[in-house]
Amino acid sequence: MANFYTDNQDIKFQLGHPLMKKIVALKERDYAEALQYDNAPRNFEDAVDNYDRVLEIVGEISGDVVDPNAEGVDAEGPEVIDGHVRYASGTQQNIDIINQAGLNGISLPRKYNGLNFPITPFIMAAEVVARADASLQNIWGLQDCAETINEFASEEQKAKYLPRVCAGETCAMALTEPDAGSDLQAVQLKATYNEADGKWYLNGVKRFITNGDGNISLVLARSEEGTSDGRGLSMFIYDRASDAVKVRRIENKLGIKGSPTCELVFRNAPAELVGERKMGLIKYVMALMNAARLGIGAQSVGIAEAAYRQGLKYAQERLQFGKPIIEFPAVYEMLANMEAKLHGIRAILYETSRFVDMYKAYYHLSKERALDKAERDEMKYYQRLADIYTPMQKLFASEYANEISYDALQIHGGSGFMKDYPIQRYVRDARITNIYEGTSQLQVVAAIRGVTTGQYAKYIRDVYEKAEIAPEHECLRDALKKMTDKLEAATAKVMAADNVEYTDFHARRLVETAGYTIIGYLLLIDAQKCDKFLKSAEIFIKYGESKVAAHCAFIDSFDPSRLGIYRQA
Amino acid sequence: MKKLKIVVLAKQVPDTRNVGKDAMKADGTVNRAALPAIFNPEDLNALEQALRLKDKIEGTTVHILTMGPGRAAEIIREAEYRGADGGYLLSDRAFAGSDTLATSYALACALRNLNADIIVCGRQAIDGDTAQVGPQVAEKLGLPQVTYVEEITDVTEDKITVKRRLERGFEVVECPVPCVLTVNGSAAPCRPRNARFVTRYKYARAAQELQGADEDSLKLIEERPYLKINEWSVNDITCNPEDLGLSGSPTKVKNIENVVFQAKEAKILDSSDEAIDAMMKELIVNHTIG
Repeated sequence: MANFYTDNQDIKFQLGHPLMKKIVALKERDYAEALQYDNAPRNFEDAVDNYDRVLEIVGEISGDVVDPNAEGVDAEGPEVIDGHVRYASGTQQNIDIINQAGLNGISLPRKYNGLNFPITPFIMAAEVVARADASLQNIWGLQDCAETINEFASEEQKAKYLPRVCAGETCAMALTEPDAGSDLQAVQLKATYNEADGKWYLNGVKRFITNGDGNISLVLARSEEGTSDGRGLSMFIYDRASDAVKVRRIENKLGIKGSPTCELVFRNAPAELVGERKMGLIKYVMALMNAARLGIGAQSVGIAEAAYRQGLKYAQERLQFGKPIIEFPAVYEMLANMEAKLHGIRAILYETSRFVDMYKAYYHLSKERALDKAERDEMKYYQRLADIYTPMQKLFASEYANEISYDALQIHGGSGFMKDYPIQRYVRDARITNIYEGTSQLQVVAAIRGVTTGQYAKYIRDVYEKAEIAPEHECLRDALKKMTDKLEAATAKVMAADNVEYTDFHARRLVETAGYTIIGYLLLIDAQKCDKFLKSAEIFIKYGESKVAAHCAFIDSFDPSRLGIYRQA
Repeated sequence: MKKLKIVVLAKQVPDTRNVGKDAMKADGTVNRAALPAIFNPEDLNALEQALRLKDKIEGTTVHILTMGPGRAAEIIREAEYRGADGGYLLSDRAFAGSDTLATSYALACALRNLNADIIVCGRQAIDGDTAQVGPQVAEKLGLPQVTYVEEITDVTEDKITVKRRLERGFEVVECPVPCVLTVNGSAAPCRPRNARFVTRYKYARAAQELQGADEDSLKLIEERPYLKINEWSVNDITCNPEDLGLSGSPTKVKNIENVVFQAKEAKILDSSDEAIDAMMKELIVNHTIG
């Protein structure tokens, strides 16, 4: 009788953010759909009540079914039978019950039988599922592929595929190939147009495809013969019903073992072009990736929550030297930092999802009617924020999921190294989060522009710095202001060298400096509404201050002419 | 196959599974205020069997019939969240103080209004544990009954095939339709609440619940008739008032004792390796060994 949503008030707290009111009104077209659909909300409170109730179902299934199944899923894993995936029995049971509960198509429009929820509650559901079983979140979370279909596919394609997703069919995004991982411009899978029947056919191999045998796949393929870069790639929908793709093998992974990571062989697989030719990588994959990165952020926070709870529980129960080990400073400091980091990554995860929601809501609205200037400006404003916050939250959430689960295992001592406790699974599951959907190094590449153009600093100065803060918390704001000063000074210093390689060299330090400041502010702002975050704000700001000091000291004392000694042959 | 009309008898009960210190009052009766009210667990198993028939046979309807105070409408909503079409709340002061005989009489009278093909209910409720109401309803309606049902395996125009759980195995029996089935806790658990049904039915209300409701709520129910939960009083059923409530209840409670279990809980393992592994694991996790 566990409920992973109701036992964690910190998630619901985020539904109370002031921006939600605008997001929901936009998403619900000022609640006009209530006249048309019997499950559409009539006002903001009604909508939030819907999110709350549906999240409660997600929490109940996660706590009562998915979590107890997780160990078996990890041990059993999926297998390939006759070129198709068979999930672990626990995974299949989880999927069946999730489908019974109608937890698919959460963010899709009602006309396709979706729930029309904003991204934010969808991401909350993803966090809750991932806490129970990160590998299930991979499969279930891929419903965000449908979001890309909804954004870019034709009306006919939407009508054909989206109701199927809402009914519980699973998705996949087939991008990676043996020679095209981080560098997707190198994709070779061939798409050929057959003039005779007017259809596209796919041939080639994809590798490392999560849930590769899903019912509906988005496939990145080379449609323009003779090209070799990203401009020759288009996006296609492949329907498993045509049975022209075989799963050659499933990878044997360190973690998220319940999620089938497939090698796929396409043999004359019929496929439908999505949107425009040649826009596959440039436009659609970027959208898909951004959505997936938010999903990985949610997965990371879910794993971190699970790991923190296990660490805390063990520290409270384990007696050594006549007392629970939580009473030793070395242990409680670890736990306090873990908790502050956990609260911090949750805060930036939902800050990002709100930005994405604002942008997406306007985007979809713009397909129905022309936006006025103020609306267009607001859409652009949030799109830019979403673009710079998405890699930032992915970077911090995934790195902290690793740190938190690492520390939680450490608290377990030798027992944590044994398979008897779930903590080892969280450590293994967390390890992929800072690798896939763009490694942390690539998140830095995506985020550094936000530093060098001053966008993060501007948002910090214009919005966070001006937030209403209780007078007794001013000292924390002062610390954050100093961190912002340091961010600006370090950025100026690095930029002064006017050397791209030098900026890249310090990029992670700069991005992290911005991140510590942002997360510190988010916690401080949350602490104004809920006391429990004050402790985390104080601890995180202390932690962030020392990290920023170290990064800035390194940058300050660095002589650009010495960059060469770091180069490795 | 013709569509079926199924009625599930369900009861809202205090959750006696996780009782605290204040679960009993000084006089030995259940302190209902201290315990959360829930859908009787075996009635949920019964609901699942009904919903499976609804999934299988197009046009089949599933309705809940429950007797209780206004707040018992909550379990009708709970059933709607899982796929039921609606329900009937049998609620009247005249029913107060009913024992199983008076309860089954009232339910049987209400069921005569409904002409169900199949009546399903849980084996017993966790507050009284009598397992009498289902069989008594069948007797009063003159219908055949099957108890300890674990699964409905088949249904045709005139008969139903069910698997019964027995102490040392199971048996498969056929029974003419209409009939009453009482479902065992070992049957498939009920499906979860469904997101689309929850958002559709969350404002469903019985008349008693609407007393003092604001205009907006009343208007909504007016506009959306499916949100109205049928409420029947004693005047909506054909019955002999003498047989209802306290006057219809021959059961007299003579004495209530607190029983403290003397024996410690025993655990019986089968001789499989898995069972032993599971036991070892439990002992390691709770630090009994290791």
